[in-house]
Amino acid sequence: MKTHWLIIIRRTLALVSLLAITWLFVDFTGSAQHHVGFLAKWQFLPAVLALNVSVILALLLLTRVFGRIYCSVVCPLGILQDLLAHLHIRIGNTNKKKKIGHRYSYSPEVKWLRYSMLVLFIIALVAGVGSIVALLAPYSSFGRIAANLFKPIYEFANNILADRSAEAGNFDYYHVDIWVRSVPVLIISASTLLILTILAILGGRTYCNTICPVGTVLSFISRFSLLKINFDADKCRNCSACSKACKASCIDYKNHTVDYSRCVVCGNCLEACKFGALKYDLPKMHKLNKEQSSTEPSSPSRRAFLATSAMLTTAVVTTKAQKTVDGGLAAIEPKAPAKRSTPITPPGSLSAKHLAQHCTACQLCIAQCPNHVLRPSTDNWLTAMQPVMSYERGYCRPECTRCSNVCPTGAIRHISPEEKASTQIGHAVWNREQCVVLTDAVECGNCATHCPSQAITMVPLNLDEPLSPMIPAVNESRCIGCGACEYVCPARPSAIHVEGHEVHGVI
Amino acid sequence: MTNMNKQYNRRNFIKYLSGAAVASSAMLSACKKAMSGESSGIDEEASDGSMTYRINPNTNDRVSLLGYGMMRLPELPKPEDAPDHQPAEFDQEMINQQVDYALEHGVNYFDTSPAYCRGLSERCTGIALSRHDRKSYYIATKMSNFWPGSWTTEASKEMFEKSLRELQVDYIDYLLLHAIGGSSRDADGNQLSSWETFEARYMNNGILDWLVEQKQAGRIRNLGFSYHGDVKVFDQLLQWHDEGRYHWDFVQIELNYLDWFYADEINPSNTDAVYLYGELEKRGIPAVIMEPLLGGRLARVTDEIAAKLKQRDPDHSIATWAFRFAGTPQGVLTVLSGMTFMEHLVENVATYSPLHPISDDEHEFLMQIAEEIFGMKTVPCNECQYCMPCPYGVNIPAIFSHYNKCIRDGYIKQSNLDPAYRTARRAFLIGYDRAVPRLRQADHCIGCGQCATHCPQQIDIPGELHRIDEYVEELKRAGGPL
Repeated sequence: MKTHWLIIIRRTLALVSLLAITWLFVDFTGSAQHHVGFLAKWQFLPAVLALNVSVILALLLLTRVFGRIYCSVVCPLGILQDLLAHLHIRIGNTNKKKKIGHRYSYSPEVKWLRYSMLVLFIIALVAGVGSIVALLAPYSSFGRIAANLFKPIYEFANNILADRSAEAGNFDYYHVDIWVRSVPVLIISASTLLILTILAILGGRTYCNTICPVGTVLSFISRFSLLKINFDADKCRNCSACSKACKASCIDYKNHTVDYSRCVVCGNCLEACKFGALKYDLPKMHKLNKEQSSTEPSSPSRRAFLATSAMLTTAVVTTKAQKTVDGGLAAIEPKAPAKRSTPITPPGSLSAKHLAQHCTACQLCIAQCPNHVLRPSTDNWLTAMQPVMSYERGYCRPECTRCSNVCPTGAIRHISPEEKASTQIGHAVWNREQCVVLTDAVECGNCATHCPSQAITMVPLNLDEPLSPMIPAVNESRCIGCGACEYVCPARPSAIHVEGHEVHGVI
Repeated sequence: MTNMNKQYNRRNFIKYLSGAAVASSAMLSACKKAMSGESSGIDEEASDGSMTYRINPNTNDRVSLLGYGMMRLPELPKPEDAPDHQPAEFDQEMINQQVDYALEHGVNYFDTSPAYCRGLSERCTGIALSRHDRKSYYIATKMSNFWPGSWTTEASKEMFEKSLRELQVDYIDYLLLHAIGGSSRDADGNQLSSWETFEARYMNNGILDWLVEQKQAGRIRNLGFSYHGDVKVFDQLLQWHDEGRYHWDFVQIELNYLDWFYADEINPSNTDAVYLYGELEKRGIPAVIMEPLLGGRLARVTDEIAAKLKQRDPDHSIATWAFRFAGTPQGVLTVLSGMTFMEHLVENVATYSPLHPISDDEHEFLMQIAEEIFGMKTVPCNECQYCMPCPYGVNIPAIFSHYNKCIRDGYIKQSNLDPAYRTARRAFLIGYDRAVPRLRQADHCIGCGQCATHCPQQIDIPGELHRIDEYVEELKRAGGPL
């Protein structure tokens, strides 16, 4: 059977779009953002949160004209589900005579579920319960899956190449650290993928038409789209091929109606119909389909999560041993993340509140952070999975503004390196019990040496003593909270750490 | 025949000295003294295909010109899951094989220390050598009482007794006061000058006198010292020799074609080899040579320098030049080389079987090469590991090695206007992460200074690490993805 032109266009666009946005999430070199960074900003929810009016209008107009093609070619989670649905050949279906795309059936719209999910979502959005927003939003779910599951695979493959490259003595590839930023978020991502896989295999676009708030919002407009799938009742022989091919379960072949609120314009029905009864064109008769809800569709099990856990991290440290012989390396002890009374949020996020209100927890900033500073937060269930900073693997380097460049929602606003250099996201606090100057009686000052804003001066502890130990004096008004001091501190735990500021300041 | 050789060599020696004298007026006075001074009493036999030997006038030991330095012993591969601070085990089987090969091919001088190879060198050396006739080899080891805890009489005596046990011998052929001229800190952390350090290690505890007693008792056959650093200590010890207070049977110095004139200019607290050698030569004290290859730095040169050396002698390796240079002066008893791999051993044995001395022309040529290497401003680290372990986990030699490699490969660019800047930046930063784990890089140096007192090259290690760290920071701030 010749593939329908609509399907060819849809599949091509979908594949390019999915690969590009996946690249954006797995890329660690920082080059993807320059080429495909816009794709994250074209996502519906991020555009709404960023008040990106032009993108919102464009997407609404797109839907008004073509129907919900957004769900088929722009939304990465939608495309991912289409791919996952193909797995049924191996797993689900034992009847070999059944062909792909001929296994679904019509089911009425489950309005109560759809609308209650949308209401829950809007309430969560307004009330600032970021974790619920992040769990329901399609782009966030995809981001979690890409950042937590796809990225490590990509990096692993890169590291194999990097080893080869090192053996060959060239610099084509370099090694990157693969580490779990948060165990709970990893578990949530894996469960999301598992549930989506099951739903996609059994019911096609079940998630998109029952849970997804973006799908529901677009459905209000797609009902009135100019171009849509139209039934020619005269040609239809009620064979049910279209209903079986419809992954959105929205074609009622008996009544010759299509539920345009759920149709994602995939075109599979056009190909399935052997009689030319279905066409994607301007409607001859504009008739709103009426559906009645009676049966309960397969409802997705609620993704259980709860965020409490320590990060798996490793970092430096050393035990100071008396040197008696030559050679060898001192053991390095793990450095645990510092306990902070106020979490640190990235420069550009303005305040903890601004971040919480705008972030969809898509993990893009976390995946892109080249200094291993950002990770999903797990302390507060309201803002769970939104980015938070810690400095045991690196610090917020002065030249880097990558998270602010990639953030699609404006939760981390674009910031220049110069602006960042004067943005105070926190301040350093010295802990005398830990400082090696006092515990090991050595000269140090590594914090002062590495402070990019010269906020630390080494001063004598006792002014009267000529050989008094020199301790770091932090000028809080100059400190921007970048964490260089915390990262290079030889003590375990660090004798100097950064406390976040709820509202960022300017120095 | 022996006589002819003797004459030839003597003539050659004079030629060589006068050649060098042209290059330096400072040298000139040293040469005149050397030439007018007493004969060193050192002699050489050479015939085609067999090792060149030199005679130690004190004990008439016939010492091979190539000495085996047991400081860089071969290691077994580490288990893959081993943490990076877990040291690799030494490959005793390979050590035995290499020692056997060395003895078979005429090498008979083995130099070790209680501090080498994380304190295991003497044991490995003892195991390998005890399989052979005690008369067939000479053992050199050292009084390596560097840390204040080993400065007491008892601890230092025990160090010597332990050396005998580890080496499985009842006498030491060559015993050295290890690395005089360095400064240190005492147990309370007070800075001691180089002379105070010498006194604390050897005089206040009476160990030097005790060692002289051991020599009289036959447990030590030759007593000498190795020197790095402050030349005042070197001069003072030689003055004692002149006064007859102590007699030095041999002295170990650093000598190679870079240090001949440039040691002082690379680091003002070092002394040019031409002076050190001259002082020994005029007293007839046999010189044992260390760092003939500067820890391999004279083998790892830029492509331009490699091309020049190869053009002049295409049939031999680049390292051969350095060994020929170090072995040429007649006052040299033996040239130590820390040969980790069999191929180094085979090559060095070949270089000295027999020695083809450096001619006047070649000497001048090598001085030009030295000038070029000096001009590159590499960190003069020979990766001897004396500074390690750093208490804060920094891998000092690996950082210097990477930096030097980048200088040699032309990857250090001062200006980002340089068209090759991007490539150089990428190569430096990626190579840095490959060579040194992040947490062992220069930014983790706190400047405690423990390393600096141990560096035989007198490198200001914290200063150099901070300089490299600043360069890395500059590269990183240049921004943009790698």
